[in-house]
Formats: sequence, C-alpha cells, structure tokens
Amino acid sequence: MTSAQTATLTDDVVIDCKVDKIFYGNFLAVRDSDVPIYKNKITGFIGPSGCGKSTVLKSINRMNDLVRIFRFEGRIHFEGQDLYGTNVDPVSVRRHIGMVFQQPNPFSMSIYENVAFGLRLNRYKGDYDARVEEALRGAALWKEVKDKLQNNGMSLSGGQQQRLCIARAIATKPTVILMDEPCSALDPIATRQVEELMIGLKSEYTVVIVTHNMQQAQRVADKTAFFSVDISQGGRTGYLVEMNDTGKLFENPREQLTKEYLSGEFS
Amino acid sequence: MKNTPNFNKSFTDSRALKSIFLSTITVLCAVGACIPLFSVLVMLIMRGGKRLSFELFYALPPTAFDTGGGFGNAIVGTLFMVGIAALIAVPFGILAAIYLAEFGENGKLAEIARFCAKTMTGIPSILAGVLAYAAVVMVTGTYSAIAGGVALSILMIPTIMLTAEESIKMVPSAMREAAVGMGCTKTQVMWKVMLPVAMPGMITGVMLAVARVSGETAPLLFTALFSDYWIFQGGAGDIMEPTASLAVLIYNFSGMPFENQIELAWAASLVLVTMVFIINIISRMLFQKKK
Amino acid sequence: MSASLSNQQQQNDGPIAVPPSSKDIFLDRTFRTFTTCFAWLTLLLIGYIVWEIGGTALPAIKEMGVGFLTGTTWDPNKGEFGILPQIWGTFYSSLLTLLLGGSFGIAIAVFLTQDFLPNKIQIVLKSTIELLAAIPSVVYGLWGIFVLIPLIRPVANWLHATLGWIPFFSTSLSGPGMFPAALVLSIMILPTVAAISQDALSAIPDKIKEAAYGMGTTRWEAILKVLLPTASRGIFGGLVLGFGRALGETMALAMLVGNSNQLSLSLFSPADTLAALLALNFPEASDYETQILMYAAVVLLFITLAVNIIGELIISYSERSGGKK
Repeated sequence: MTSAQTATLTDDVVIDCKVDKIFYGNFLAVRDSDVPIYKNKITGFIGPSGCGKSTVLKSINRMNDLVRIFRFEGRIHFEGQDLYGTNVDPVSVRRHIGMVFQQPNPFSMSIYENVAFGLRLNRYKGDYDARVEEALRGAALWKEVKDKLQNNGMSLSGGQQQRLCIARAIATKPTVILMDEPCSALDPIATRQVEELMIGLKSEYTVVIVTHNMQQAQRVADKTAFFSVDISQGGRTGYLVEMNDTGKLFENPREQLTKEYLSGEFS
Repeated sequence: MKNTPNFNKSFTDSRALKSIFLSTITVLCAVGACIPLFSVLVMLIMRGGKRLSFELFYALPPTAFDTGGGFGNAIVGTLFMVGIAALIAVPFGILAAIYLAEFGENGKLAEIARFCAKTMTGIPSILAGVLAYAAVVMVTGTYSAIAGGVALSILMIPTIMLTAEESIKMVPSAMREAAVGMGCTKTQVMWKVMLPVAMPGMITGVMLAVARVSGETAPLLFTALFSDYWIFQGGAGDIMEPTASLAVLIYNFSGMPFENQIELAWAASLVLVTMVFIINIISRMLFQKKK
Repeated sequence: MSASLSNQQQQNDGPIAVPPSSKDIFLDRTFRTFTTCFAWLTLLLIGYIVWEIGGTALPAIKEMGVGFLTGTTWDPNKGEFGILPQIWGTFYSSLLTLLLGGSFGIAIAVFLTQDFLPNKIQIVLKSTIELLAAIPSVVYGLWGIFVLIPLIRPVANWLHATLGWIPFFSTSLSGPGMFPAALVLSIMILPTVAAISQDALSAIPDKIKEAAYGMGTTRWEAILKVLLPTASRGIFGGLVLGFGRALGETMALAMLVGNSNQLSLSLFSPADTLAALLALNFPEASDYETQILMYAAVVLLFITLAVNIIGELIISYSERSGGKK
C-alpha cells in the first residue's frame, strides 16, 4: 500500500464498494450492491437477517478470506486501490480498516496490552503510554480502567469489554472502523454508551455499522443502506435495495420494499 | 368395581427387583475396580516404604548376594532418557499440532496426519522399542541412552500432538477473529494470541506424556538395556553406553531370587509411582485452574 | 502526563498502520512451511515404522514364509521357529481381558454417568479410575507376581480339583499363567474402556433420556433399552481400542503369563504372547534371531494397526452420525 497522502478518488468517498457477486461455494450470498462509504460519516447497514449486510461489511476488510469457499466478484476501492487486486495483502488491508465484532472479544491479556497490541504489531515507535491513554479516552473507558490497566481484559463487564475492543481498534488510528452489530450482546445502558461513543468517533474516523435495530440506525447513522433478501430464484440472495441519507430513507423511502420493512410489515 | 391403576411403590414386583439387582452389580463393579488400585498403593507403601532410605538415591544397584544398595543411577537414567524423548517429541508434536489445528484448515493433509497420530497412539510400546532397535541400536552397534530416548519419543509424539491440537482448538474463535481483524499475519495470530491462551492445556498434555513414558519398560528393554553404573562418570556423560532406568530395574529385580533385590524393586516402584502421580496431579490442577 | 500527551499527538499525527514488514512476511511463510513439514513428518513416521521394521524382517519373511505363522516350536538351537502359540496366546489373553475389563468398564461408565452418585463422590471415583491408568505396567507386573498370584492360586487350584473336566480349568495354577495375566490386563484397559464409554453416554442428548422416562421406564430400563443402544457404537469403539491395548501390552504379560510355548484353552496354564516373546528374546538375540523376531514384530504391528484403525474409524463414524445434535 502506498502512502496515505494519495488523494481520494471522489472527494468525500473513502471506500467505493461495488459488489457484483459474493459466493460461498456455489451459493450466491449477495449480488449487485454498490455502497459508497463517506468520510467522517457513520454509515449504517440495515435489513432482515440473511440479507448479506454482514457479508458485505466483512468483505471490506477481507475478513471473509478466512472462509475458504468465499469468492468475491466486483471491486472495493480504498485510497485509490482495489482491495481485491491481485497484489493486495489482506493482512495490510486489515491494519488500515479496523473492526469491532458482534461479541466483545478482548484478548486474554492485560487491558494495557490489549490496547497496545496493534501498536506493537505495527512496530510503533512513539510513546506507548500516551497512545494507550488516548485510545482509552477515545473509547470513553479511561476513567473506569485507569487504575487497573494491568488487570486482564476479560475481567471487565460486557459493555466495558466492547469499549475496550473499540479502544484497541482506534489505537492504531485506522482510516475506517467496521462494526458488526457491536451492541447486540450488550444491555440497553451499555448500548447507549457505545452509541454515544460512535457519534464522538466520527470527527476523526469513518464508521460503518451493521445493525438489526432500526432505531439504532436512526440514532447514529448519517447514511443508511437497506439490504433485503431475494428468494425468487430458490436461493436466499441478499442485495442492496436503496441507500440514502438516514433521514430521507426513513421518512421518505424511494422503494416500496423499504417502506414495508420500515413499517414492520416483514422482517 | 372400577379398574384403577395402582400407583403405589412396590419393592417386590419384578421390575423393581431387576433394578435393585442391576444397581447392586454396578456398585460392586465400581468398588471392585478400585480394589486393585488400593491394593497396589498399600503394597507400595508397605513393602517399598519399608526400604525407603536416603541410600537408595545415591547408591548403585547391589550384586547378587550383596546387601544394601540403591538405584541412584536408574533415577538419573530415567530422567535423562525422558529428557531426550521430550526434546524430540515436544517440538515435533506442537508444531504438527499447530498445523492440524490452524494452518491445515481442515484440509486433506491435516486429516490424514491426525489419523496417523491417532493410529500411532495405539502402536504397542514394545514396537517403539523394536523400531529404535532397528534404527539406532543396529546402526550405531550399541545399546544406548539415545536409543532409549528415541524409543520413548515415538510414544510421546502422538499424545503431545493430539492434546496440543485440542487445546489450540479450545481458544475461542472470537479471539482469533479479533487478531485477524487487527491485521496479524497467520503466524502472529498463532504466537501472539492463540498459543498464550492454549499454553496451560499444552503443558498439561506434555506433562501427561512425560508421566506416561517415565514408567515405560518395554521400549527400553533392548534399546537402553541396563547398566550397573552411572551414566555420568568423571563429569562427562556417555550417552552411547547402556543406561539404567527405574522401570527396567523393577523388571530385572522382580525376577531375581534374592530378597534384597525384590525389596529394591518395591522401593523403586514406590519412587516411580510417586513421580508419575505427582506429575499427573500437577498437570491436572493446571488444567482445572484454566477451565 | 497531559502535557506530553499533546506533544505526542502532534508528533504522530499520521496513521500508525504500516504494512507487515518483510521480516514479518518472511517469518510467516517460514513458520507455516515449517509446521506443514511436521504434519508431513507424522505421515512419514508411520511409513518409516512400517518400512524399517518390515525391511529388517524381510530376509526372515522370505525364508520362512507363512510356515512361521503356523509353526508351534521355538528352538533357536535347532533353528526351528514358529509363533502360532504366541498368536493364540495374544488373542486369547486379549479376549479374556476384553470380557473382564470390558464389562467392568461399561458398568463403571454407567455408574458414573447416570446420576447414581452425588457429584463430589462421582469426581473422586472418576479420578481414582484415571489414576489406575497412570500406574506403570511394570508395577502392575510386580504386584501381580507378589500379591495377585498367591491370592488366586488356592481358588484356581480348587476350581481345577472340582471342575477339572471343563477345558478352561484343565490345569492347576502353579505360578504365572493366562488368568492372572488377563486379570492384570483387564485392570489396565479398564480406564480406557470406561473413559470412552462415559464420553459416548454423556454425548446422548438429555431429550432422549427424558423421552424414555416419559414412556414410564425405570432407570435401568432406560439405560438398557435406550441409552446403551444409543451409545453402543462409541462403546464398541472403546472396546476395540481396549482390545488393541491388550494385544500390544508387554510387561504385565512378560512378567505374569509364564512364557511357555503352549497352545492350551486352560486359564491356569502358562502361555506366551507376541509382545512377551519380543521382550524376552530380543536382548540376547543373535543377528539371525533378530531378523526372525522382527518378523514376529511385523505380525504384531499389523494385528494392532488393523484393530486400532477399525476402532478409530468406528469412533469417528459414530461421532459424525450420533454425537452431533
């Protein structure tokens, strides 16, 4: 990957994601979904379960490469490069595009080492203590853990663990942070905290969030992409129905399908 | 007269009797299975404990009509050969396990290698001795500690491999995903995240394998043979000489017509079993703590 | 701290992420290739075992052919070698072991999985059985010689005196013999059978047990008619593995079976097995005799490999079809 100074293609689109087809073996999981990700905005992916919103998200940082039978057709442009180009190392991609998972998954090491993990990985030369503190402050966790940085990360509560995972992700200042239903394992209070945190993050980062919770998308997302499932050809293939500013999508959807989904007529 | 079903408990109808009968048999079986263990332990403590003294640990084995003596050289020999075996088997087993659990991605090679390891656990220990005899003793022309160590390592490899694979697979996949998501190479995922978490389980596996082979006799009978002398003499060890071990000493002395030697066999058994039990119990505690 | 923090921020205001260094990539490739090599080595090791033992035995196999398997004398002085008594002894002792150790093992597995005991005692009993497996076989051999044989000799000789017309009791027990050997072997395989049967029994989903109780079965009817049949394939695999262990066990037999070249049905007569034959003759064998012993080792290797592979296949097959919910 070349230097970060390369000008982005379209001014405020960071990731230009054009999915033609995503296969698992012979199964067509997602088709025809073009989702541009805008800089310093929160983009929400919503839709019924099985619509491929997580699959598209995990394609962006090439997490799907872990699945051996995964096959991607299309292109995802990030800083002027196709992430699925022949010479691209998925490992490098993941260092620039951070990820927060559905289940909080801190490593079994101290809170400090969890946050410093990415720094050590990238052979960071600066002041570790300062960077760790900054990341923990950024994740609104500093006050709660500053006196127990040496405790194991797994000893925290679920909501704290998830914020620790966010701190871990932002410690290396990735350009984009992907969040795969980050609140689905959390209680309402912890959910609230994480949502506030996301809104705070967008001044510095670009965030993409998958959620099954429409209210959550409404609360945090600037842009919303609505996916649905096409069962017409006997399979269950997900595709993008429409994408728009969140306010417009929820108040005045262009597609009939979106309207039905938002009014709760199917799920 | 209404025909109402009878819900009362009865201890005399045939179903109840059968149940009581079968329960009794099971209890007897379970108790019966424990009797040999206690008998062995009691005998070890009584007959072996009687002979227990400091001399055992530094003296050399006695000759036919001698009194006294010990098996210091056999303890050293056992530790030394188990050490050689571990040196071969631990890296082999763990590296192969990493492939089986992770890099092999459940492909054909991983599957076949796993099957081979499982098959190897069933190979009789004496055949490990036969192999080491053919591969080491016949080639070097002498019985040696090396040959004994090689024979023992054949027995350790599959055990270590399978338990290490199991413990790597027990690392939550969420943790693995997190590391991948941070941009770790596969090797970094393994070393930085998975191995530290899997470590207690792997150590348990290694310790159980060590405990198992320390008591093995058959593979040593005609690879390390036995020796009445120390393996280290004058500061330098000679690893290409026949070497004593506790297990072979017990076997040799058990067939002798001399009371002194038989007493020593019991005492050596007590030392050996104590060693094996301590390793077993420590490794189990280690494992339970983790769980 | 906060002052240095703001300095730091200014100094490091670019993205921190860098691609993996060439060293990281090199290490990654090397390490992965390295582990792959060791996976291959596992395959090679099995091949090497067969090739090395088979290769050394080859001259003897060519010379003696199948006659070796059916001959009944072993006399190095006359140069006559046959291992039929040893093959017989190996299978006979293992079958006896299977019968004794197997039934005890399954009974214990039932006892430990079907809530007969309070949890705490269950754990104690379970670890006691596991400790049985930790005792080295040579110690069992010693115990057999000095405790078990004197203990069962009066019983055996009484059986011979009163029921001597039954072939199993046709000789008296003068010391080492088939029965004490098999008895010690059963103690040794018991933990294997018990552990695998326990796994098979506890892998049965609760709903199947509930269904049986719901039909109004007693506990034992549920165990015998529903649970044991459901777990039967796993238990069978455990028995095959236990059988495999008994076939290859050496020390307890070398010390207790009597090492006598006999073909007899009697439980109390001394006998011999392949493993014991190897253990006793290898240390003093001449080069020629070594080749012949290697032939016997090949026979033992193939018997145990066959039995173990069958057992392993049965277990993995039953896991695939029965274990998963």
